[in-house]
Amino acid sequence: MTDAQIAKHSSIDPPNATTRVDLLLIAGMVEPGARVLDIGCGDGALLRLLADQRGVDARGMELSQRGVNDCVAKGLSVIQGDADVDLSDYPTDAFDYVILSQTIQATRRPKQVLENMLRVGRRAIVSFPNFGHWRIRTQIGFRGRMPVTNNLSYSWYDTPNIHFCTIRDFVALVEEAGATIERAVALDRFGAPVRVNAPWWFWNFFGEQAVFLLRRKT
Amino acid sequence: MTPTRIAAARQAEEPESLSVRFPVDQPLRMDSGALIAPLTIAYQTYGALNAEKSNAILVCHALTGDQHVANLHPVTGKPGWWETMVGPGRPIDTDRFFVICSNVVGGCMGTTGPMSTNPETGKAYGLDLPIVTIRDMVRAQAMLIDHFGIDSLFCVIGGSMGGMQVLQWAASYPERVFAAMPVATAPRHSSQNIAFHEVGRQAIMADPNWRSGRYLDEGVQPSKGLAVARMAAHITYLSDEALHRKFGRNLQDRDAHTFSFDADFQIENYLRHQGMTFVDRFDANSYLYVTRACDYFDLAADYGGSLAAAFRGAKTRFCVVSFSSDWLYPTSASRAIVHALNASGASVSFVDVETDKGHDAFLLDVPDFMATSRGFIDAAARARGLPPTA
Repeated sequence: MTDAQIAKHSSIDPPNATTRVDLLLIAGMVEPGARVLDIGCGDGALLRLLADQRGVDARGMELSQRGVNDCVAKGLSVIQGDADVDLSDYPTDAFDYVILSQTIQATRRPKQVLENMLRVGRRAIVSFPNFGHWRIRTQIGFRGRMPVTNNLSYSWYDTPNIHFCTIRDFVALVEEAGATIERAVALDRFGAPVRVNAPWWFWNFFGEQAVFLLRRKT
Repeated sequence: MTPTRIAAARQAEEPESLSVRFPVDQPLRMDSGALIAPLTIAYQTYGALNAEKSNAILVCHALTGDQHVANLHPVTGKPGWWETMVGPGRPIDTDRFFVICSNVVGGCMGTTGPMSTNPETGKAYGLDLPIVTIRDMVRAQAMLIDHFGIDSLFCVIGGSMGGMQVLQWAASYPERVFAAMPVATAPRHSSQNIAFHEVGRQAIMADPNWRSGRYLDEGVQPSKGLAVARMAAHITYLSDEALHRKFGRNLQDRDAHTFSFDADFQIENYLRHQGMTFVDRFDANSYLYVTRACDYFDLAADYGGSLAAAFRGAKTRFCVVSFSSDWLYPTSASRAIVHALNASGASVSFVDVETDKGHDAFLLDVPDFMATSRGFIDAAARARGLPPTA
């Protein structure tokens, strides 16, 4: 398969046991001292991690007022905004990395968001829940119900997640968006990376979430 | 003239606050090319300036505000206009920061304005005062900051017209502003903003007592015109929802319509009261000057039409705040500021506070606004190395 699957383990030490594994993994993909925009930054956990451990100039965008207030109180630069609407206002090449963590499935136009990320940043990092995971396939295939898992705890009628995709779907989207996969990591349900040299179908089946580092094709 | 009006008129020459007079050889050089000399700046301070002079916060007041941010007003006897924000333990903590607020040039509370004596005539300036811009107001504030020997302000903060001054400070003196918080403001006055101001000015000028601006010489006041101006403006400070919640179609001290033009409705009574109390404390010509200053404000125009160019290379930390129901300076205006700051690579936070209180929300105790302000100022103070309150 591609060298994209040559995933490296994060070189970051966890600041505390509760930090999400995908955040540590993402932080490990960011070059120290880079300029970073984190879209959907929530309470600023990743921004804090990046600023404290990677010396990164970290900016955020967050929809909820509570999240923005939390971030501002921590001294983080965060803008109340929406990836679907406000990303288009950022200038080209404003950042080294634009990060979208566990949010792409909640955007209205994922392709446009991804294209904007690759315009605003030289690189994009996207993490998302894999809808091709075997537990989800089992729930649809055998129970005939929309899946509700620990990772995806909403019922179909009140979920903010309107654009689910599988790892293979995402790889196809990356192709369409004209980007190159620099690194890709799938995490199993315990947050451990899925076997590095496994083929895509294996990742797509056993990866509960995936993290992709993308680069604009020049 | 009412006793309050007489007390207010006295403030122009003998303000009940601190003041500094810049001699004739230190004139205020204005955008119009004119000079004001001598220049008086009336101001208040709260808290103590530290030895490094690094803990100063400049508060910029809005259109008809003044320097009395956090003390009883000498004319109205009411609390300061921003006591929710400024004071011991408040977001702008006067136990920690040295807070300065000065009356703007063109104002009527002791800083040189149309009520002040024109040294050439010995009478009030009236309309002989040169037209004042936001940048002129900020230049005068910079003279005051120089007077204190302060190189760099820890923070400049203000709402509405005060927010325009904050933006102008960041553009004109980027190295002198560590943190900036423009609130409920806009990077330029829109056509609609100018339109409302023009209605106010025309109301004043249509009052026969205005006397082409020479009313002070003739011992009269264009009170009716100024009251109407205030009534119209006051509507723009409130949202439809807030007005309806407060007054609805409720009648004032009566059970039925009187089939007359009396103030049957509570909202009419309220606006008339707002107009009447305003004319007691504010000068009509001053209202012309400060509204004009806002109308002329278009920060991008001074930088080749690019707002981002106004903030190029800025090291200042910004926190932009808008209010969801503010239709005078709507959220979109604040977003334009944020986009420009992003484009210039500046450090910026932005919060659109959800409230139905309209433009006036910035003066009120809105918890999300207070939390944002406290968070931003505390974090900036840490970055500046200012010690927490003992």
